[in-house]
Amino acid sequence: MPYISNTDRDRREILDRIGAKDFDELIASIPAKLRMNKPLALDKPLSEMEITNKIKAKTCQNICAGSANSFLGAGVYDHFIPAAVDTIVSRPEFFTAYTPYQAEVSQGTLQFIYEFQTMICELTGMEIANASMYDGASALAEAILMAVRKNKLTKAILPATLHPDFVKVIKIYTEGIGVELLTAPAKNGRLDLAALEAMMDESIGSVVVQSPNFYGNLEDAKALDAMVHSQPKCLLIACVDPISLAVLSSPAEYHADIVVGEGQALGNSMYMGGPLFGFFATKIDLARQMPGRIVGGTLDAEGKRAYALTLQAREQHIRREKATSNICSNQSLCTLAAVVYMSLMGREGMKEVAIQSAQKAHYAATELSKLNGFSMAYPDAPFFKEFVLYTPQPAAKIISAMLPCNIYPGVDMAAYGMPNALMIAVTEKKTKADIDSLVIAMKEVCHV
Amino acid sequence: MSKTIFEYSTPGRMGVTLPTREIDTPIEAMFGAEQLRAKPIRLPEVSELDVMRHYIMLSHKNHFIEKGLYPLGSCTMKYNPKVHESLVRHTCFANLHPYQHEDTLQGALELLYELQQDLAEISGMAQVTLQPVAGAQGEFAGIKIIAAYHKAKGNTHKNKIIIPDSAHGTNPATCHLVGFEVVELASNPDGRCDLATLRGLVDENTAGFMLTNPNTLGLFENQIEEIAEIMHSVDALIYMDGANLNALMGIVQPGKIGFDVMHFNLHKTFSTPHGGGGPGCGPVGVVEKLIPYLPVPMIAKNDCGYYLDYSHEATSIGKVHTYYGNFAIQVRAYIYIKMLGAKGLRRVSENAILNANYIMKLLKPYYHIQHEEYCMHEFVMDGTKQKKEQGISTLDIAKRLLDKGYHAPTIYFPLIIPEAMMVEPTETESIDSMNAFAEAMIEIAKECNENPDMLHDAPLCTPVRRVDDVRAVKVLDPIFQIQD
Repeated sequence: MPYISNTDRDRREILDRIGAKDFDELIASIPAKLRMNKPLALDKPLSEMEITNKIKAKTCQNICAGSANSFLGAGVYDHFIPAAVDTIVSRPEFFTAYTPYQAEVSQGTLQFIYEFQTMICELTGMEIANASMYDGASALAEAILMAVRKNKLTKAILPATLHPDFVKVIKIYTEGIGVELLTAPAKNGRLDLAALEAMMDESIGSVVVQSPNFYGNLEDAKALDAMVHSQPKCLLIACVDPISLAVLSSPAEYHADIVVGEGQALGNSMYMGGPLFGFFATKIDLARQMPGRIVGGTLDAEGKRAYALTLQAREQHIRREKATSNICSNQSLCTLAAVVYMSLMGREGMKEVAIQSAQKAHYAATELSKLNGFSMAYPDAPFFKEFVLYTPQPAAKIISAMLPCNIYPGVDMAAYGMPNALMIAVTEKKTKADIDSLVIAMKEVCHV
Repeated sequence: MSKTIFEYSTPGRMGVTLPTREIDTPIEAMFGAEQLRAKPIRLPEVSELDVMRHYIMLSHKNHFIEKGLYPLGSCTMKYNPKVHESLVRHTCFANLHPYQHEDTLQGALELLYELQQDLAEISGMAQVTLQPVAGAQGEFAGIKIIAAYHKAKGNTHKNKIIIPDSAHGTNPATCHLVGFEVVELASNPDGRCDLATLRGLVDENTAGFMLTNPNTLGLFENQIEEIAEIMHSVDALIYMDGANLNALMGIVQPGKIGFDVMHFNLHKTFSTPHGGGGPGCGPVGVVEKLIPYLPVPMIAKNDCGYYLDYSHEATSIGKVHTYYGNFAIQVRAYIYIKMLGAKGLRRVSENAILNANYIMKLLKPYYHIQHEEYCMHEFVMDGTKQKKEQGISTLDIAKRLLDKGYHAPTIYFPLIIPEAMMVEPTETESIDSMNAFAEAMIEIAKECNENPDMLHDAPLCTPVRRVDDVRAVKVLDPIFQIQD
């Protein structure tokens, strides 16, 4: 039997030692009528060889974005991952370890989380970060809940330019607490600042800005700063792409109070969208309102440097229903990938990834919008590595037509009210030739 | 003391090679000056070898399953098969994008569909969503489903959820997040729900009941039928915290004995890696009448193949995750179930129960055990004897165990047992490793008599000595101060 060490003889010895005549005696407390009277209806067990073949057959029925010429993004991005990342993450010392509650035998995990928190603060300009949340969406939802805990104001403004699936997750996380979500409209693919200004009053507890936003466009975050902070209690919550922060303003530069984002792009494979991880950073005076695990530096009994989980009095295992969140995990292994990734990249590598992604995205935008019938949806908006392109035909048709040539031209925007539009993401992994072949394929498919 | 990665930094060093630029648009042509970062990011400048040495050195400071047994009650630290790791890393899993055309995801969707079916069979539930990415998020989705059910029936007055005092902290925290008031139920002297008290707590405002079964004392809640009757008489639903499902596979199907909603912790039951704290995966199963409220999308099948089904969006609770949950964890659980099959899963539960009872028997002469009846997959002993006789706390005992090459048990939980030590060996441990573990615990019991000071000073042999976690709070130091 796989993964069970006890032989039949061991089993007999265990029962004898316990003093039970058979296994059923051990579960006598389960009333007989509650027990199953037949085996589970599952497939017959497979050996390691057989399961390997079965899984290979399944993988053959997928055509992965990684091997296609893919321009899919919308929150999950195909950035380059150095081989050393997986070498570290694959070590059982990390992946079969438990949550680092016993600090003395968990210094490895605790220290990499401490380093991760430091790197997140360095990118965002914040003063404290937690050990991560489930994904960018739940991190953003928890940020709104944290703002409510801080200022007791239950209205939050979300921009119409926020990722629609983030909005869904925010809604489910905030409705039970009684948060009223208001939407600030968009104008030309960016937040309508005049409309937001008109919505601002002393009852607003937090304003969310996502930059780059769902459409890939950069918001005028600096203008938002003054507008949001004109209400002294209102908190500005920024949701950002961590790769972009190597060249673009850190949220601290526009005085964000809480900064969150989806971290997958930092060294984690896409895996059809999970696991992801959300990063969560804020100012030190908000530390006690934060959700999630936090690692802190301290000393051991001999006065040596050591690390431990800290501020645990906020958490569910201590505070139960009064906890700042119900979260009981962090995406630890994903943050290990991120910390190794950021170490390998270093300050210059991260910048180069950001610049090359932006350059290639801008090249793609320029070349594609030269084609007849194609145009940028938001020509006046600055963007980072992703943009929305109007197409002469429904995007669904273009996507299907390109499947045989193994090109994934982007996300169909029909579900977001734009049937003739594709959202196109370009990372540093795309070559000029990849982009040129997309342009040629567009021409052929749309007969332009 | 080990340095942080930042302290290895040398200007100009780099751990990665990137292609030279093919397109060289100046930054200023793409972004306005006001969009650009003023202050450079001070990430470390280190070589690949620096990075490898640093993180491998850190890895040596961890306890992990391949190093030694984890007797962590309720956390179920079983061995994680390596075939999971090699198969999940296949490029046609790792490099799938969530917004790919469904035609290019058929293998992945088929796998998820089968996993939904298998989990439904194991739990006896009618349908299962794989979307929640952790047990606590599964609880959240499950309690949301209960809220949605009552809302749809117009029962908005139902605002209370009853939770036993032995429950995990996530249970009350989750109910609060969904907007329910938490009512605590005391345990009876047998370590189970007190039915008379429960009857007194239930009224028309009761929306549901959350129960861990087997409970956190390692005991089967054998009055579940009566509990179900009491709850269902006021149209309240029963949630099963599935943290301990690993004791029930092939023995009891929760969906067939009165539970309406439950979550699974894939790492505890189906051996996906704990990962040092995550990522996890917390699927949720429901009975027939709750299917309309499951999150979107579900994985469904029609004549053309497998697809992401949003058809019940109008009644659904919505989404708890941006995409479809933790796919890489779901794949591992799938492999586990397919390799074990019905007989294997039943053997897992049987051996988990055998092993826990075996260790309980070996340690009974040395440590106080409040509930001496046969346990399920875990049991709770306590350090009250040592505390009273030698002034040695459970924390001291736990720390001394680290010196002997073991992780500590779950301590000070459940809250209803003073000086609690909750022990769960799991089915993957052999009789020999359990003998060795018991021997270590017995040695410690002797050391409590002979050398109590050593216990207060423990651990003595770990990478660092006892860590001052009070100082970690008082002198808050959450980030390294990088030198320019």
